[in-house]
Amino acid sequence: MKIGIYPGCSLTGSAREYNQSVIAIAEAFGIDIEQIPDWNCCGATAAHNLNKDLSLALPARILTSAEKHGLFEVVVPCAACYSRLMTTKHELDHDPVKRNKISEIIEADYQGKVQILNVIEFIDKYITPKLDDKIKRKFNNKIACYYGCLLVRPAKILKYDRAEDPQSMDTVMLKLGAEPLQWNRKVECCGAGLTMAKTEIVAKLSGTIIEDAQHQGAEAIIVACPMCHANLDMRRKSINSVLGKKIDIPVIYITQAIGWALGMDDKKLEFFRHFVPVNITVKEVSV
Amino acid sequence: MGFSEHHSTGLSGEIIEQTGVHVEKCYQCGKCSAGCPLSDEMDYPPSLLLRMIQTGDKELEEKVLKSYTIWLCLSCEMCYQRCPMEIDIPTLCDYLRSRSIEKGHINPKAKNIVKFHKAFLNSIKNTGRLYELGMIANFKFSSMKLFQDADLAPAMISKGKLHFLPEKIKDTAQIKRIFNKTISKKVK
Ligand code: SF4
Ligand code: SF4
Repeated sequence: MKIGIYPGCSLTGSAREYNQSVIAIAEAFGIDIEQIPDWNCCGATAAHNLNKDLSLALPARILTSAEKHGLFEVVVPCAACYSRLMTTKHELDHDPVKRNKISEIIEADYQGKVQILNVIEFIDKYITPKLDDKIKRKFNNKIACYYGCLLVRPAKILKYDRAEDPQSMDTVMLKLGAEPLQWNRKVECCGAGLTMAKTEIVAKLSGTIIEDAQHQGAEAIIVACPMCHANLDMRRKSINSVLGKKIDIPVIYITQAIGWALGMDDKKLEFFRHFVPVNITVKEVSV
Repeated sequence: MGFSEHHSTGLSGEIIEQTGVHVEKCYQCGKCSAGCPLSDEMDYPPSLLLRMIQTGDKELEEKVLKSYTIWLCLSCEMCYQRCPMEIDIPTLCDYLRSRSIEKGHINPKAKNIVKFHKAFLNSIKNTGRLYELGMIANFKFSSMKLFQDADLAPAMISKGKLHFLPEKIKDTAQIKRIFNKTISKKVK
């Protein structure tokens, strides 16, 4: 069966290594994955900050395009896009008046037939069952899985993992040999939406996350969201200057971590695009 | 007057009608403000914002629409997750922001946040997808923050994280029509 993928804008630009690693592991497991044709931006924070109808119409256009092309299961690796698509689906599936109004705006009938998967649901469903046979090397590191906001909240709509102490990424990392830590900032906000407009605030919020990870002894932070990655990795210099110390814990996408365990090299996983170098803390252990 | 007499009138009533969020259900436990990552930066923490709306007082309602809080809210959903009354504060803030714009009440400290959102949407309106480099340039120019993050964009370029040219979807005309039917009616 073909699975659709909605990359979203970040995954074609600032988070292209995330996209790369999703595709790489899908290929390694023989999963047929196809981009939603002519996909548009989901509108992100900007749209729902300024206009409700726009914030529903943009994701609805994406979902109807998937429906039209027979993609009834769609993985959305960006947690922010995932949240926008899930919210739209929830609102349109539960409110026929809204559904008609938005269908009119996007000039297409939204039918609500698409099932949306976040990246960890995708991993759990298609990768994990066959993972053990394919692991070539294991992590031997303490790691902090950072979920942030939109992968787990609001639980009422997402109905996904435990909202305050999610476990899904930890479970995957455990399989890869790592030791997932108990820490306090698992679901704290990194400041994503204000990343450009209020950089001081973002550095402060992201700083508390990195500092706690360090305090618990993390050798890497594992993420599943390009916004979290951008704030924790790309902005590390300004975070370090706010914290007044140099913390060099790398930030790794969960899909890169799987790829690494499958034996993929740096070139394939594109660790070279990260601002905080990855190679130093990963200790290799033969299986 | 007890607040029960207010709850369906004024801003509070308008909010129920437009968003289904019941501000009058808030019993001021303060959990939202305790968990909000930005309480300290806000002029009114979330629980106080709700209380101000509950009073039905016209002056306080205006202060709500002029507040910095509604623009600072990150929609991180922490308050909604923890509220014992399941009051959807992020959705409330979305609505208050759009009313604040319509009434010309945008808090002066929030001007750059609004400029950023507009730069973002302008980018999508033209191509259907976000053109990060163009959006950054547009935002920096309009906010006159030309030197903030000056080293970030070049570093991103050297890591291959920014496109030089925008990616365009095929049906950009349809995206423009979507904008015309929604936001362009209200915000210039
Ligand atoms: S958590 Fe809910 S009930 Fe408690 S103060 Fe906040 S909005 Fe009111
Ligand atoms: S959604 Fe807004 S008000 Fe609620 S906790 Fe997050 S930043 Fe604070």
